[in-house]
Amino acid sequence: MDAKRREVLKTGGVLALAAAGIIKPGDALAQEWNKAAFDTKGVAETVKALGGSGSTASSAIEITAPDIAENGAVVPIAVESKLPKTQAIAILIEKNPSTLSAEFEIPAGTDPFVSTRVKMGETSNIYALVIADGKYFHAVKEIKVTIGGCGG
Amino acid sequence: MADPMRIRANMTGDKVEVKVLMSHEMETGLRKDAQGKIIPAHFIRNVSVTHGGKTVLSAQWGTSVSRNPFLHFRFKGGKPGDKVTISWADNRGEKRTDEAVIAGG
Repeated sequence: MDAKRREVLKTGGVLALAAAGIIKPGDALAQEWNKAAFDTKGVAETVKALGGSGSTASSAIEITAPDIAENGAVVPIAVESKLPKTQAIAILIEKNPSTLSAEFEIPAGTDPFVSTRVKMGETSNIYALVIADGKYFHAVKEIKVTIGGCGG
Repeated sequence: MADPMRIRANMTGDKVEVKVLMSHEMETGLRKDAQGKIIPAHFIRNVSVTHGGKTVLSAQWGTSVSRNPFLHFRFKGGKPGDKVTISWADNRGEKRTDEAVIAGG
């Protein structure tokens, strides 16, 4: 038996399995990426792609972000949820080409708080979507953008 | 290979405050270069943070997270001297893992 040929076949097989999504490359890092959710346009569609049928406005979610962003390429956004059993926090930018910006899973023991920086193409509402105890909630804040951060 | 992340992990009370700066272009795939050609998308899709073998935060990102992404969060259960490990993977299969030691409050 030609050992080299066996090796090539084995590698090819593994690659084919990886391509088919049957085995996932990588280690402890969760490699799943919800392409359908990141392809959505509009808040309602994104909520649906994240597994919700809709969301309820909640004053227990706080968005910390500027009212006016001079540079749309770097808009600091922090979201804090006071809802019990917060499992996930997502940041949605209504008027961006892709509404969903980021989704964070919050295990028990981690504060229901995240802070990051996002790009905004134009003035838009930002939604902080929170999944708590299996239910979907949101808060909204409008951020005015002076110079967009997504154009070329 | 991308540059190392800059990680700060500090105790604040009984929680570990983690701040990370990653080095990544986070290209949206919507921009064009000087010749009018689309610059292909290149962005971090998955981030995971572990402490003592337990995941303390995992995230999925789209193209609209800013270039050289910043991340800030807090978790319970860590102590000074413990390690916090952060990994990311992007849409081209590039990966990076870095560690930081938790500093006292």
